[in-house]
Amino acid sequence: MDIHEYQAKKILSDFGVKIPTGGIVYSPENAENKAREIGGSKWVVKAQVHSGARGKAGGIIICNSPLEVADATDKLLGKKLITNQTGPEGKIINRIYIEEATDIKHELYLGLVFDRSSESIMVVASTEGGMSVEEISKEKPETIIRSKIEVAVGIQQFQAREIAFGLGIESKLISRAANTIIGCYKAFSELDATMVEVNPLVVSHQDEILALDCKMSFDNNAMFRRDEIAELRDKTQENSNEVYASDRGMNYVSLDGNIGNIINGAGLAMASMDMIKLAGGQPANFLDVGGGATPEKIVKAFKLISMDTKVKVILVNIFAGINRCDWVAEGIIQALSKIEIKHPLVIRLAGTNVEKGNEILKKSNINYIEASTLEDAANKAVKALG
Amino acid sequence: MSIIIHKNTKILVQGFTGKIGSFHAEEMIKYGSNVVGGVTPGKGGMTHLNLPVFNTVKEAVDQTGASTSILFVPPAFAADSAMEAADAGIKTCVAITDGIPSHDMVKIKRYMRRYPKDKKMGLVGPNCAGIISPGKSMLGIMPGHIYKEGKIGIVSRSGTLGYEAAQQLKDLEIGVSTSVGIGGDPINGSSFRDIIEKFENDDETIAVLMIGEIGGPQEVEAGQFAKENMSKPVIAYIAGLTAPKGRVMGHAGAIVSAYGESAIEKVELLKECGVTISKNPSVMGEAVKKVLVENNLN
Repeated sequence: MDIHEYQAKKILSDFGVKIPTGGIVYSPENAENKAREIGGSKWVVKAQVHSGARGKAGGIIICNSPLEVADATDKLLGKKLITNQTGPEGKIINRIYIEEATDIKHELYLGLVFDRSSESIMVVASTEGGMSVEEISKEKPETIIRSKIEVAVGIQQFQAREIAFGLGIESKLISRAANTIIGCYKAFSELDATMVEVNPLVVSHQDEILALDCKMSFDNNAMFRRDEIAELRDKTQENSNEVYASDRGMNYVSLDGNIGNIINGAGLAMASMDMIKLAGGQPANFLDVGGGATPEKIVKAFKLISMDTKVKVILVNIFAGINRCDWVAEGIIQALSKIEIKHPLVIRLAGTNVEKGNEILKKSNINYIEASTLEDAANKAVKALG
Repeated sequence: MSIIIHKNTKILVQGFTGKIGSFHAEEMIKYGSNVVGGVTPGKGGMTHLNLPVFNTVKEAVDQTGASTSILFVPPAFAADSAMEAADAGIKTCVAITDGIPSHDMVKIKRYMRRYPKDKKMGLVGPNCAGIISPGKSMLGIMPGHIYKEGKIGIVSRSGTLGYEAAQQLKDLEIGVSTSVGIGGDPINGSSFRDIIEKFENDDETIAVLMIGEIGGPQEVEAGQFAKENMSKPVIAYIAGLTAPKGRVMGHAGAIVSAYGESAIEKVELLKECGVTISKNPSVMGEAVKKVLVENNLN
């Protein structure tokens, strides 16, 4: 689960990380007042959307008066921001963060992630702040510092100091920088985060170490014990079909193609998408209804796919194990009696009682194309596009 | 021999009396697995499915001599149960539970390190289909009848894609020594490498089918291990050719975030290690068959 920049900043500041003074606003008047309240002579107006690269997309505006702050807010609010990470549909701007401008001396990069190889938490830092970590690893790999933190004991002062010295921070600021790194680590480990990224982390001309932009992501599996994080979720930043699916316990990812998929199991779902591509088509979605593929889940899945206007053909691929194909076939018939599907439908059943399942489908009055193997299913789905 | 579980392996079910635990315990018993009892804290002394229920894993191990457990405990309590199994002297624990937080997985793995090598538990999963040694024992939630007894080792992240492979092999009259689901989570108990090493050391297994997907370094690490240490051929399929970068594809671990984690990159890196690639998921069985013929193993 992702959260907004301002939410991440609030969390990190609770862990001792310094952030510029700022506040969230929902209207131009609000913004003007907030600018006066913050004081100073220069402000940054920042569109709050779940995406990086907002600056290049026009989502971050530097202003020299409270009136300019109001104008910039007016310009951004309610618009969709299209960045190189949001896709062409963009993301709606409903909240604006107003911040005092910072007098930047150095821009640094600081990130924390799980290292899946060593199964520890990895701190990644670089002197090349402001660039994405992918760009840094491509263009300035020699500047990257990696430090593995043993989770059983947590980050030690010396490790944080090593990173800070590695970033070339002046001696008098080392302990401040180390505390910033430790604060980020604590936020990561104590709140079930999967990613903390401060980019840039800056050293100001006033010798402050400030988190200028922050991103945090959290483990969806841990939300049962993180009420305070779960309530930061902003569903307006997510694809509406994906929200519908996740609220109903299904794994769904919206894609650009036109063949809708209903599949049980994440691996089989990815494999079916691959087959569609190899057959010359493009999947409209990834949808895993769960290993079980109960009739209730299949009804919900058809509902979800029917909400996607891109879909021209539907491919159902179920490998029935414990749940038997005859039972899955009944589920499909039940679903189609409740939801009208106008598109061609390709069904491939496999596993337990497959003959019985196919017989039930044949005897029913549903209009569909039967497929035998994964490959056959993908070929028939692509062919059905016409 | 098969790997990890054999005909007489004594099995405990953790989360025995719950709906899911009961259902799958019955399926395992029907298959012929030697389930000797279960653990549900607070229900010790009861009899469930004609088997004893214990309050603690330690007690269950003392009384039944069980060496292996399968875990159906809900995510919030699963880490605790896995550590309890490790402390009670269980040799292999298969965690079926889907939804264990990554931070908890890291904690379990650190906890297990405190035991000397000969007393250390092997954890398989979580978020997996479990293990089956066809004709001998089933320690999982798979449909047992799709697996033919034989000599191919299967290791897969995905459950249903593992079934797909077993079915394809069966249709070609090729059997399986053991099939292991290692699960779709970013941090898991056993890696591909851990399992293929066991297959290499198993007399009965003649070749290994590895079914991976996008995300993480494990498939390539296994490929490197195979290149340096294995005499048996490895065939692999990697799912997620069409998966967009940075998105989680159903499995919490199926996300491309670094170089070498996409399907295309993994396929290239595995080829360099001498692993035979099944070009698509429809021909996993055929790819295995071809390798068997080429190596005079059939």
